[in-house]
Amino acid sequence: MKITIVDYGMGNIYSLQSALKFLGYDSICSNKSEDIINADKILLPGVGSFKIAMDNIIKLKIDKSIKIAVKEHNIPILGICLGMQLLGISSTEDRFSNGLNLFEGEVTKFTDQSVKTPHVGFNNVYYPDNSTLYKGIKMNSDFYFVHSYKMKTNKIKGIGYTSNGENFVASFEQGNIFGTQFHPEKSQTNGLLLLKNFITF
Amino acid sequence: MLSRNFRLQKVGDFKWLKKHYNFEKIAFSIDELIILDVTREGRDINEFSSVVKEVIKNVFIPVACGGGIRTLDEAKLLLNSGADKIVVNTTLHSDKDLINTLVKNYGSQFVVGSVDFQIENDIKKVYIENGELKIDKNLEDYLEEVEKLSIGEIYLNSIQKDGTGQGYDIKHLADTLDKITTPIILSGGAGNHLHLIEGLKINSVDAVATANLFNFLGDALPKARIKIMEEGLQLANFESINDVFK
Repeated sequence: MKITIVDYGMGNIYSLQSALKFLGYDSICSNKSEDIINADKILLPGVGSFKIAMDNIIKLKIDKSIKIAVKEHNIPILGICLGMQLLGISSTEDRFSNGLNLFEGEVTKFTDQSVKTPHVGFNNVYYPDNSTLYKGIKMNSDFYFVHSYKMKTNKIKGIGYTSNGENFVASFEQGNIFGTQFHPEKSQTNGLLLLKNFITF
Repeated sequence: MLSRNFRLQKVGDFKWLKKHYNFEKIAFSIDELIILDVTREGRDINEFSSVVKEVIKNVFIPVACGGGIRTLDEAKLLLNSGADKIVVNTTLHSDKDLINTLVKNYGSQFVVGSVDFQIENDIKKVYIENGELKIDKNLEDYLEEVEKLSIGEIYLNSIQKDGTGQGYDIKHLADTLDKITTPIILSGGAGNHLHLIEGLKINSVDAVATANLFNFLGDALPKARIKIMEEGLQLANFESINDVFK
């Protein structure tokens, strides 16, 4: 199996690769079109600014490759943290940027003044029925979050929710397109199970 | 490696630690691992980053690393070695441009500001450079300044309590903490589970840290986690990796 971790210069790729290795899978980190289009599974990690991330992706000319891989070749993709947000329509971080537009979600800052931001730490996820990602994982399990912007969507099916003053999208699964706001590679056994569910999808 | 104390308790070097301290197992008792390079002379960031890589190879929780980070490249090296966050202390005071760059490039959550203080004539004085250099600011003013940098967390450490095992300096911090909106990791003084509970019960405290020797003894840490949960404090539940994956 060819697992490609999209490396556009942002995020902790070492931990993701270690987690996959623990599960018995080798992966490659790449920013080349051919590695994305010819993958069996694509992971889009990321930490940091939405705008800088999108700029990097566009500069590397892999925005189109990701879209072709996901839409035309139906390759399963999992966006993690910022990677999940990038799969959405847009973000208001650093004013405004368009995302990869593969999932109907919009990203805005946490506005509730009564909760601290970033939302950091382990928090429960209420996950959807018949989920692929959470197979074998208990309802309301803990996953590790660290983010200041959150995604909202009008979709109902396949959405996992977490609350930090307000409900936001903790995960989505829509056909071959998956995203988690939390870091599975930092969420102990629950996260490893989730990664395994994605890889074996 | 040393337990990070101003009265340093020498625990053992990295080889000793690997042999006696099973991080992969201990990871189920903690929510986050903080690894600090407390070398005072001849710091080597390359050596430190390879130690980090080795320690966390099978540790699947967030990891924060720090100690002497002065440049963007050093922060990048640690990020590429598996650090989710970097911990900065002196740089937080001396190079605000670097902090701004780190926040801009990697996000607020990437930067943990470590703040050491000591009480002198009832005033909380801030120290940098491994607690060796006093700056001309009291804690409240300094924290206000630090909060403007939009960093992700503040790791607040009492120099006087650190390494004593007598508990956190809650008495002197209660008022100060209430004014802070950045998540707080309380540090310095924990010697047993009761201290951890005492810290977590404070509303404005988001996390408690310990580098005390009790970490390194038997199953004190797993037991402490159970006791904290029995106290009704909400902590994440983890099943053992070994139970699930074997």
